[in-house]
Amino acid sequence: MMEETLHKEQRLGMVVSGSLTKGVEVKLDSDASVEDIAVGRYVTIEGEKRRFFGMITDVALDAMDPRLMINPPEVSDPFIAEVVAGTSTFGRIHVLPMLTLGGDALSLLEGPQRVKTVPSHFSVVREASEQDVGWVFGQVEERQFWIGTPLDMETRVRLNPEELVKRCNGVFGKTGTGKTFLARLLLIGIIQENAAVNLVFDMHSEYGWEGTSEEGRKVKSLKQLFPSKVAVFALDEESARRRRVSTDFVVEIGYDEIEPEDIEMLRETLNLTEASAQATYRLARHFGEGDWLEGFLSVEGREQINELAKGLGEHEATLAALRRRLDSLRRLRFLVPHARDNAIKRILEYLDRGINVVLEFGRYTDITAYMLVANLLTRRIHAQYRERMERAMGEDIAKPKPLVITIEEAHKFLNPDIARQTIFGTIAREMRKYHVTLLVIDQRPSGIDGEVMSQIGTKITCLLDDERDIESVLTGVSGKGELKEVLSKLDTRQQALIFGHAVPIPVVVRTREYGSPQSYKELGFREAIELKKKAEEETEDLWR
Amino acid sequence: MSSKIGEIIEASTSGFVAQCYELHQPPPLGSLVKTREGEREIYGVVSDAATRSIEPGRRPIARGGEEAEEEDVYRAHPQLAKLLRTEFSALVVGHREGERLHQYLPPRPAKVHSFVHLCDGEEVARFSQALDFLSILVAQGDELIAACLRHLAQAHEDRHRFLVKAGKELALLLGGETSRLNTILRRIRG
Repeated sequence: MMEETLHKEQRLGMVVSGSLTKGVEVKLDSDASVEDIAVGRYVTIEGEKRRFFGMITDVALDAMDPRLMINPPEVSDPFIAEVVAGTSTFGRIHVLPMLTLGGDALSLLEGPQRVKTVPSHFSVVREASEQDVGWVFGQVEERQFWIGTPLDMETRVRLNPEELVKRCNGVFGKTGTGKTFLARLLLIGIIQENAAVNLVFDMHSEYGWEGTSEEGRKVKSLKQLFPSKVAVFALDEESARRRRVSTDFVVEIGYDEIEPEDIEMLRETLNLTEASAQATYRLARHFGEGDWLEGFLSVEGREQINELAKGLGEHEATLAALRRRLDSLRRLRFLVPHARDNAIKRILEYLDRGINVVLEFGRYTDITAYMLVANLLTRRIHAQYRERMERAMGEDIAKPKPLVITIEEAHKFLNPDIARQTIFGTIAREMRKYHVTLLVIDQRPSGIDGEVMSQIGTKITCLLDDERDIESVLTGVSGKGELKEVLSKLDTRQQALIFGHAVPIPVVVRTREYGSPQSYKELGFREAIELKKKAEEETEDLWR
Repeated sequence: MSSKIGEIIEASTSGFVAQCYELHQPPPLGSLVKTREGEREIYGVVSDAATRSIEPGRRPIARGGEEAEEEDVYRAHPQLAKLLRTEFSALVVGHREGERLHQYLPPRPAKVHSFVHLCDGEEVARFSQALDFLSILVAQGDELIAACLRHLAQAHEDRHRFLVKAGKELALLLGGETSRLNTILRRIRG
């Protein structure tokens, strides 16, 4: 009786076996039904000297006597079924201990520690209380950003944006599991707490003005929530106009800005051979750095190409093929011989003012355009950041504000073949030395280079069901086998497994609701009327 | 106050046999009875009852051939009630010292000629808060266990809950003996 009043949380069972590496086995009490247990939930284990905090990673059925399986009791009788449940037959859960909370005052001050041992035999296992979970994840203040709540709990899980932007982060999950929603939430968090400036390469135009939910409902995006902190850049002005999005800048890219490296990046998407890609470097030498593409594209007719090939010492067919492929770039209307304005300069200006830039691709949703632009802009911006950072270190002046670059379809940029060459590979590896990090969004993490993957600080994964994808996301995580079970059992909606740098232990969250007026309000959105009222009040105060 | 029903005529540590004061009125099978030994109260579960001749060598003879009703046999031969006796045996399942209830055997057996009382509902309920005594009964027949549990359950407000709890205890005690468990459960359900 006494015990019941002390521990309000339901007792689940007791530890019967286990190991540190594989986790512990817990025999369920007869009144705890396996059907009420869900993988991914938290439990606490009362050891003799300390408390353990762990996650349920598997649920199993067991029987005291194997003969019972052959000659089952009369479970059609509810009474007999009730008696047999939990005694002759019982449930087992597998728990992966993650943290320990020491019993003495000193360890209470230190807070939760990583586990280095397992609880002793027959330690009591209970559902974790809100208080326990709150203790592990930290209390969230009123104005702080949180991403969701652990399964069946109210405690808010905070992803500290300041910590988050220190490393690269990844949002993974198969199509339709809410990657965009999660990424948008993360961006909102970073903007809300002013932890970094963002540059978003927005392939499907969902982060700027508005996006659509899975049900086809329109949801507000960054610009609507933070009108003064977000600028929408558009590659496709017409599309933006049709969607009634007010753009801050229309991006044009001159042929003179494209370098051979940019084309080499596109080898796969343009279907170029190694030789053709190499030929671009010779072309650049021949025509000059800024003029090679325009020069090459203006070479018309077979004879001229043959002549050029002879001059360069290239095979004619190679050059002809390259020419044909590069012709497809002409379809991209934002590519012009000479840009009227310098997009890179403009983007940097905005970023310097602390304004986040969302680059909408409009109708150019094919991967060639996306990779070309993202890579080209990022390379220049990264170079600028690098220079400033070096200067800041040398001259002891203020360092530039951390920059987070968001890319979608990341496996195209970061696959093992080109990750070493692309700027994104470099950013992922160099990490935060130059205050530039990535937020990669991808549905095919197995396509991403292992080295890059290992540098990703915090991974947020929605449901994945391809074995290789799961494998690659969980590389290097302790308790990988167990987390695999959790990951493959996530719901397709509003659930994600978060692990890595920004959270103390892996956590399955139900992501916070997004799309209702209330949710916008919680995220700091003020309707125009409210803003006006506030402004009026403030003016009145001034005259008082 | 629980009623006095009989007197011990044979006692051992693990059980006792008592003769009922009333012929043909033994306590029900499986019911809880108690007796006193010094400061101690000893509890037993009625495991068997029999009515037989007071002299082992002399068996009763059928006498009702001419009578219309069974009661008329005794009315016509009043000495019969003195020549027959009803006895019951009980298995010791626990004892009480002061306020402390123990569900294991007492250190000494009850004395012969101690009175035996039938426990009332309240006492039965108190005794069956714990079910450790079931391990003593498990060594006996399944019928006895079932009868005892049926009897104890009547003293509980939530009969079903009590029977499930007892059933679970039995399931653990009987381990692999699934068919025995099934037999008992079928006898106590409903």
